[in-house]
Amino acid sequence: MSETPILQLRGITKSFGSVQALADVDFEVLPGEVMALVGDNGAGKSTLVKCVAGTHSPDSGEILFEGKPVTIHGPKDAAKLGIEVVYQDLALCDNLDVVQNMYLGREERDWLWRLKEPLMEQRTADTLRSLSVTTIRSIRQPVASLSGGQRQSVAVAKAVQWNSRLVILDEPTAALGVAQTRQVLELVKRLGDQGLSVVLISHNLHDVFEVATRITVLRLGRDVGVYEREKTTQQEVVQAITAGIPTRVAGIPETTPELAS
Amino acid sequence: MSSDVDVAAPGIGLPEGDEAEAQAGLWRRAYDNLRAGNLGILPIVIGLALIVVFFSYKATNFFTADNFNNIIVQMAGLTMLAFGVVFVLLLGEIDLSIGYLSGIAALAVAEFQLPGSGHAYPGVVAIAIAVGLCALIGGAQGSVVALVGVPSFVVTLAGLLIWQGVILQVLEIKGVIVIQDKWINDTANYYFTSRAGWIIAAVVTGSYALAMLGSVVGKLRAGVAIRSPLLIVAKVLGVAAATFGTVAISNHANVPNGLPLAGVLVVIFLIGLTFLAKRTPFGRHVYAVGGNAEAARRAGINVPRIRIIVFMISGAMAGVGGVILAARLNSVDLNVGGGTLLLDAISAAVIGGTSLFGGRGEVRSALIGALVIATVSNGLNTAGYKTGTIYIVTGVILLLAVTLDTVARRLQARSGR
Ligand SMILES: Nc1ncnc2c1ncn2[C@@H]1O[C@H](COP(=O)(O)OP(=O)(O)OP(=O)(O)O)[C@@H](O)[C@H]1O
Ligand SMILES: [Mg+2]
Repeated sequence: MSETPILQLRGITKSFGSVQALADVDFEVLPGEVMALVGDNGAGKSTLVKCVAGTHSPDSGEILFEGKPVTIHGPKDAAKLGIEVVYQDLALCDNLDVVQNMYLGREERDWLWRLKEPLMEQRTADTLRSLSVTTIRSIRQPVASLSGGQRQSVAVAKAVQWNSRLVILDEPTAALGVAQTRQVLELVKRLGDQGLSVVLISHNLHDVFEVATRITVLRLGRDVGVYEREKTTQQEVVQAITAGIPTRVAGIPETTPELAS
Repeated sequence: MSSDVDVAAPGIGLPEGDEAEAQAGLWRRAYDNLRAGNLGILPIVIGLALIVVFFSYKATNFFTADNFNNIIVQMAGLTMLAFGVVFVLLLGEIDLSIGYLSGIAALAVAEFQLPGSGHAYPGVVAIAIAVGLCALIGGAQGSVVALVGVPSFVVTLAGLLIWQGVILQVLEIKGVIVIQDKWINDTANYYFTSRAGWIIAAVVTGSYALAMLGSVVGKLRAGVAIRSPLLIVAKVLGVAAATFGTVAISNHANVPNGLPLAGVLVVIFLIGLTFLAKRTPFGRHVYAVGGNAEAARRAGINVPRIRIIVFMISGAMAGVGGVILAARLNSVDLNVGGGTLLLDAISAAVIGGTSLFGGRGEVRSALIGALVIATVSNGLNTAGYKTGTIYIVTGVILLLAVTLDTVARRLQARSGR
């Protein structure tokens, strides 16, 4: 590989008491690619993301950002590197409006500590426009009154507006209907087109195959393989998710014949 | 400006092609607010008007300029406490200690002005010590809530008992402490001359209009749409009517003639705290923590810090209120900080429209709620009703207000997601 991965995880291990959530996981994302992260419930996807976001610190292993080892202790550290996470359970404040949510924790203020509302409103409109998020009627309406897809779009827009390099989306379409899922997937594609790196976590392989360039499979806290979308099938990935790859789990006889056939 | 981008996003509220939005802005915003369960101050203003009309018929000496001044001074201390309550409620927390904390402030301010005590300071210094002490205590209580994780109900309930105990122990020995310092007593007993009153009204209205103009210019410069310009004009006119009207009535009063300083202090804190809540990052973060603490944390907000500062504000405002309440009586005795003060302060914030569930409310709701409580109790008093009736009526109003809030919240849950 000539290209340096924007994010590279080596041998990440993480336990919660007796539960080993991650065991010796390697993971990498190249610049400008949409990397899907798939695996069954409890496979460790969210935990891996939280290690990158600084919510959890891994027990062992190293994190490299653009080839340099980094330590991430919280959302601020991650943001400094240009990593933004959109969490599975949305992180928006229902009582605040779209602009207020977009700038939460990073408000623009003048020397008198006054919020620069017009500036923030203007930039929010610009960001949403550049991402073609068109269905929100007023960016001054409380987030509580938005639909699920609109809320998800706001969460994604919030993540990308800080010159971020890498955006991690944890099941962004899980609670959405068909049309709203389309809306968010289109958004993910556009992020890729704009040169951002994206990590997309999803249980829906159909969605994954539509937008991802590569797919990493986690199973029971271990990475069992990386697939290029062009060179694999949904069937193969499903097999990796449910049973693991025969070569990796040699010694379990049932897995081998299926793949061989 | 590339035109293809504009075509791609016709739906967002943008400067160009926005006349329709500006026209429909008022109604649309009202509708959005209703959808989000935000009823605003409309119900309570109507309620207040009804109360005033009712007592004007019921008691002959209710609707007088003298009584108007009375109500202002009666409600000033309570309003200060209620300002602090708003911040605590915005977080979704509660502070039960403020009643007796205001008693501690009264005790401190009386003690530190006491001639011949060996620690008699000028009134201003005594006030600063009293308020600072309460801010510290509030901060300490807030730290136990924010850093240790003990529920605020328990921490401040303990505070309620502890500070009541301290007051009893000190005053059992001393009895009554008389306040002679003019500075301190003036906070509740000074009245401006009528000319000073007019000047104050002009300054308040003028600065409000200037601030509004500033925000309009800022928006125009940034190219952001001004929604409902009518509303801005209406607001400025409303403030002008309220301030000049108040001064006109106060100047008309006989027994205490002129605008009471206590009322001006309330307005100063109203403006300052509203600025803090609505125009600074800190205030924004208070709303965020109250709305969704986890989201706030993930956004990089230092949630414990916000909680501690809010409890400091609550303590400090209890201190300010305590000083004014003590000044009104010119003394401190065993009843200080007790009675219905705590519950009235919480009721005021809630009646004014601040949600108990966190994240929704305005600083001004404390003033509006305190106005309702003070008017009802003053009106029932002048009409000759007993204390029992006052409690019952206040209770019914509180229940109505919270019921309205709960129903609004249910509407919000239905409209969201
Ligand atoms: N804070 C925690 N404390 C204890 N155990 C945890 C914690 N977080 C995760 N786990 C455990 O770690 C394992 C991996 O969980 P994780 O949330 O990463 O799974 P996931 O792949 O995101 O699953 P899903 O698809 O359901 O979101 C699970 O067994 C879970 O119970
Ligand atoms: Mg998960």
